[in-house]
Amino acid sequence: MENQVPEIFSIIPHTHYVLLSTILFVVGLIGVMIRKNVIIMFMCIEIMLNAVNLMLTSTSAYYSHSGGQIMVFFTMAVAAAEVSVGLAIIVMIYKNLKTTNIDAFQKLKG
Amino acid sequence: MIDIIFYVLSALTIISATMVIVSKHPIRSILFLVLTFFLISAHYVLLNAQFLALVNIVVYAGAIMVLFLFVVMFLNLNEEVEKVRHYFPWFAAVISGGSLMLIITSALDKSVLLSPYPVKDYSIGLVENLGSVLYREYLLPMELSAVLFFIAMAGVMLLSRKEKVD
Amino acid sequence: MSIVVFKIIYISVIFGLSLFIAMYSTYAERKVAAFLQDRIGPNRAGPFGLLQPLADGLKLFFKEEFIPAKSDKMLFLMGPGFFMITALMTSAVIPFGSEITMDGVSYSLQGTDLNVGLLYIFGVVSLGVYGILIGGWASNNKFSLLGAIRAASQNISYELAMGLSIIALVMLSSSLSIKTIVDQQSGWHWNVFYQPLGFIIFLICAFAETNRAPFDLPECETELVGGFHTEFSSMKLGFYLFAEYINMFISSAILATLYFGGYHFPFVSDMDSSWLRTLLEAVVIFGKIFFFIFLFMWIRWTLPRFRFDQLMNLGWKVLIPLAVVNILLTGLFILLK
Repeated sequence: MENQVPEIFSIIPHTHYVLLSTILFVVGLIGVMIRKNVIIMFMCIEIMLNAVNLMLTSTSAYYSHSGGQIMVFFTMAVAAAEVSVGLAIIVMIYKNLKTTNIDAFQKLKG
Repeated sequence: MIDIIFYVLSALTIISATMVIVSKHPIRSILFLVLTFFLISAHYVLLNAQFLALVNIVVYAGAIMVLFLFVVMFLNLNEEVEKVRHYFPWFAAVISGGSLMLIITSALDKSVLLSPYPVKDYSIGLVENLGSVLYREYLLPMELSAVLFFIAMAGVMLLSRKEKVD
Repeated sequence: MSIVVFKIIYISVIFGLSLFIAMYSTYAERKVAAFLQDRIGPNRAGPFGLLQPLADGLKLFFKEEFIPAKSDKMLFLMGPGFFMITALMTSAVIPFGSEITMDGVSYSLQGTDLNVGLLYIFGVVSLGVYGILIGGWASNNKFSLLGAIRAASQNISYELAMGLSIIALVMLSSSLSIKTIVDQQSGWHWNVFYQPLGFIIFLICAFAETNRAPFDLPECETELVGGFHTEFSSMKLGFYLFAEYINMFISSAILATLYFGGYHFPFVSDMDSSWLRTLLEAVVIFGKIFFFIFLFMWIRWTLPRFRFDQLMNLGWKVLIPLAVVNILLTGLFILLK
């Protein structure tokens, strides 16, 4: 498996992966713009991050540069840290406002 | 054969991501998101990025989503927050999202991509090679990510501490 | 025969064998418990009670199918399914013998030899949380939810120590593929002799991951009515209980493969490759698996149950530092060798 070309690189051009990542990114973006539930908005941000990860991995695989996959590794680490802190903040806000509708977070006063 | 697999996987990924943003119950959205992560891992396996495929499952589907499920289950957040669904914002969002997609794809279409692909080695996705690159050239970011996790942990513990009632 | 046909036959055999062994583990559990408690155990259904599992299965089929009122029907039906799937998925990478040679073509007795087999096992173990969480949530019952959340937090806490103890193993074998790890244990070089601390940590984590005593707080009857499977009846409950025994079988298989030499045994490995050798190797690995299943049951009926805070304390404050010390010692050992 080491140095023979995996089949996909000769059959599917790289632009297909670029298009797939862009569609996923836009789906996540639409989710963030539309949904009012804070948890679901947070999940749509994760979709966007994953779309970017897919683009980085596919570019790194097609051009044999490992920098892309290393970047994905760090992106995942940062996403994990961000989710934990974000969910802690959401839990705190829920305890104060008793709702997860983002329209309730409009005022800066508690 | 491989192109059929690619097209089916891509279609399933897009459908599953759409179901995440369309579902009314948060629990169903979370489960569809887990499915999306599985499908993206399958794409990684197609690209011979084996380590990333499994780490995607372990980190995203196995840890981050469990965290989401804990929060939704503990706080009982499964009720629908938006009782009445208006369709005009959806229409506007799809138009704006679609135009962003158009801009990105046309910009990338006009850019110069190397073709044919330079024939180098296709084993960069294997664990050994990825590990040696990570620990040789990118050692500083690795150690800094440990500091990042430490800071995140300290932040979460500070945020969730109960205030002492004096 | 082509390799696809062989793999299909192999997968069906392993699937059937897992179900069969899980079925008779229920019987063995009751017999072992009985002998440890100085009584006889089931001996009415068939000679020596050997048909007891069939009787239990039939009983479960005949019970009433009950779905709670306001629960999410689809998730309620899918919960046991998830648990069963993740329990069975791990057996894809475990080698149950070296190879079979038929008509000059040799087929390996392993579902697939992934380059990252060990990481695959770890991934499937971390997915095992979903079956419990979804089952507990879909029951629409506070006690089930509490039991499910306890089980899930126990699962993810002990997963960490398990991963850390596997790292020390990978440092020694410098490969993640299960076949390579097993082949490096030929003769007397079993990994348990090189990694005793890692083995003990992994064993404790295996107990906690399969929710077996002394870590079975999520499902004991005295504490939470029934834990996360309170509301399940008939074959859905059967799936949960059965999947727990399959989990036990798979954990024993992983322990035997990673630490106890897999299918290697000192004199069997030196024979020439033939049908007899493959058969003896299969006997060897199943012997080791049965030993570990017996160990699971023996410990269940010997030790008292952990309280939840003691359990968390053990997982986070004792096992993780020990696993890190293990990694340091292994690194030192490799450096000075």
